[in-house]
Amino acid sequence: MQKILLDIPGQKIILMGNEAIVRGALEAGIGFSSTYPGTPASEIGDTFAEIAKDAGIYFEYSTNEKVALEAAAGAALSGVRSLVSFKQFGLNVASDSVMPLAYVGTRAGMVIVVADDPSCWSSAQSEQDSRFYARLAHLPMLEPCSAQECKDFVKIAFEISEKFEIPVFVRTTTRVSHARGIVKLGKIVKGKTKGKFVKDLKKFNNLPPNTMRMHEELLKKIDKIKDYSRKMKLNFVVNNVKSKFGIITSGVSFDYVMDSLTDMKLKIPILRLGMTYPLDNEIIKNFIRKLKSILVVEELEPIIENEVNSIVKEVNPKLKIYGKQNGYVPKSGEYTEEIIIDALEKITKKKYNLNLKAHRKEYQKIKIARRFPLMCPGCQHRATFYAVKTVMGNDTVFGGDIGCYTLGILLPLETQDFIFSMGASEGLIHGIKKMSNQKAVAFIGDSTFFHAGIPALINMVYNKSNSFVIILDNRITAMTGHQPNPGMGKTGMGEDTKALSIEEIVKACGVDDVKVVDPFNLKEIMDAVKELMNKEGVSVLISKRECQLLAYRKKIKQGIKVVKFEIDQTKCKQAGVCLYKLACPALYKENGRFYINKNICTGCGVCVQVCPNKAIRAMIK
Amino acid sequence: MKEFNIVVTGIGGQGSLTLAMVIAEAAMKQGYDVKTTELHGLAQRGGTIPCHIRFGDKIYSPLVLEGEANLIIGLEPLEALRACYYGSKKHKTVFIIDTHRVLPLNVSVLGEKYPSIKEIEKDLKPFSSKVITLSASSIVYKETGDVLATNIYLLGYAVSKKLIPLKEKYILEGIEEITPKRYFETNKKIFELGMKYKS
Repeated sequence: MQKILLDIPGQKIILMGNEAIVRGALEAGIGFSSTYPGTPASEIGDTFAEIAKDAGIYFEYSTNEKVALEAAAGAALSGVRSLVSFKQFGLNVASDSVMPLAYVGTRAGMVIVVADDPSCWSSAQSEQDSRFYARLAHLPMLEPCSAQECKDFVKIAFEISEKFEIPVFVRTTTRVSHARGIVKLGKIVKGKTKGKFVKDLKKFNNLPPNTMRMHEELLKKIDKIKDYSRKMKLNFVVNNVKSKFGIITSGVSFDYVMDSLTDMKLKIPILRLGMTYPLDNEIIKNFIRKLKSILVVEELEPIIENEVNSIVKEVNPKLKIYGKQNGYVPKSGEYTEEIIIDALEKITKKKYNLNLKAHRKEYQKIKIARRFPLMCPGCQHRATFYAVKTVMGNDTVFGGDIGCYTLGILLPLETQDFIFSMGASEGLIHGIKKMSNQKAVAFIGDSTFFHAGIPALINMVYNKSNSFVIILDNRITAMTGHQPNPGMGKTGMGEDTKALSIEEIVKACGVDDVKVVDPFNLKEIMDAVKELMNKEGVSVLISKRECQLLAYRKKIKQGIKVVKFEIDQTKCKQAGVCLYKLACPALYKENGRFYINKNICTGCGVCVQVCPNKAIRAMIK
Repeated sequence: MKEFNIVVTGIGGQGSLTLAMVIAEAAMKQGYDVKTTELHGLAQRGGTIPCHIRFGDKIYSPLVLEGEANLIIGLEPLEALRACYYGSKKHKTVFIIDTHRVLPLNVSVLGEKYPSIKEIEKDLKPFSSKVITLSASSIVYKETGDVLATNIYLLGYAVSKKLIPLKEKYILEGIEEITPKRYFETNKKIFELGMKYKS
């Protein structure tokens, strides 16, 4: 049985923050969960996918985050507790429905988990701070700092949600989602898994003038929740000692602050905010009343800092606030203990026992060869990019999108000239083609196409675009950890379902020129690109093959022998096409000669096709 | 014990995450509070995977502070060098590095320099009290026909040399808990081989 389903209250186990969120939902009696995968939130959905059947609850990978949110709202409005999760950009997609949902409210508890990614470890688009959404929508937001709190806060979020009939945000950051810690288990609660939508136009009708009334009611709710947070002790003071200086913090920054104080042997009172919207003004006022100065520690935007700033005038106008506005802590990038120590050294004039600046100078002297993230050995996207670039030329505008293929932006492929958001390759290429005669192509993955590519494709056809789209169909949502999508015939709970044909959808969108090719056959794909790139109107090429990493793993697991490739040194004339133009990570050069690392070669055979000297062959033994 | 800080680093697929989880499990079994953190998604594809493990009486931050690592395990030499800043003379950091190199494309394609093991040892001097290099992966390859269990071998080495304050018993329990059942016997054997390594 999965560890996360252990029903032994009091038992301690190690869980990742994302797993602890699932456990919290199980202890809160959840019946429905949905998501669209996105790191750092992906493992929430993956964990639900693993346990949903055994736990007797429903789970789905929805086609996109907006649909996921709406489905979870539908469940909650039918009286079944629901949780929807996504990364920060997913909330952008879902936000259109978050706003009316805040007005309408819910019946059963509903929790929206959003995972931010300071430092963009797994996010290509921006370093956005999703806490603004809580303020924009007027929805409460809790911010856990550890795996234990992930579990506890999800339970509290359900409680608040149900009590006030309002969806509640739980916001994490990468170092909460992807940190493991010891979690003390509570009891798993069997919640409702079937419900009923009861009509209530008084509650649900948000047509004007009701809209304004609902807005007023929502604001009143938020005030009540503020009072409730006090009762729940979601915001509390640690190190309640006499001091002229204090710290206000939230989320994982609290952990960095705690460790910094220990490491610097300082005892300073800390106000830890567990609920960052609505902010409890009273506890902040009481905390700052007698202080001379405070440091506000929060990752990304100065949201708490600005709110504190507006409270100060009333209770302690002379209070000195150290924070982002005066450069004591940075406005971007994830925080670390180093950052807090640096700020505390400046403010308290006390020194940490290791000179971090000198330490930094010392290691910055060492030049270390860089190692970038890459598409995997044998990845078919590399083959598609190589073929398209060879046929269409470097002067083509390559429209980029979100997925593993985003990594095509790197040398030497450079086949992603811009990357916006899910599905944006098509919209942008359409606009570019309308205003110029440049050669252009939009690249979009299968899951991304289902997510947001279909309306943009219809727009191309409807508005008489002259565009070329290549759908990189690797039969899975790969980047986030191989989740199923509508093209595969499997649901998130592992059940068989209808496999939607991308080719049929493309045709149904009105595209006449559609071709399907195998990316591992370079001649086939190059011929198809030649044929489609200059067609009038909209043409679509579907480059279709199961994700090579997954296919390779399957073969290994089933004990199927994978034929790998090697370079015949007697035939190799160091042309370097394999390494310099295709750049599969299995290839390397040492002492002037080219080799294939047999440990990581997955046997795709694409390098064989690019070698002008026929020097690459299947390994003999 | 106040705290013990470990950084395990390597590239995607080398098993740094598994190693981190085994250590964390063992630390909990031995009665310590424990936190770990790692990166997924974009950062994982063929890139560097540094995992942090901290255990002790009470642990808050999941990240190891620069200079505060007690032990750094490098499954790849260049990645061990890249993690240099977690080590320091002050905290008597010990580096254990497998010498098998995986050349990044920046070296092969752009001609960036991959230092020799000797140069890496020299560069790590200011950040350590001791740098141990061993060709664990070739021993593991000879033994199992694969390099995958190199992480477990290095763990065995670290435990036998008392470079990690965890008992063998709990580590083995951790291996059993974290790694797939069908590999347990192999992993156990490799762990014991690592314990017997003579330097």
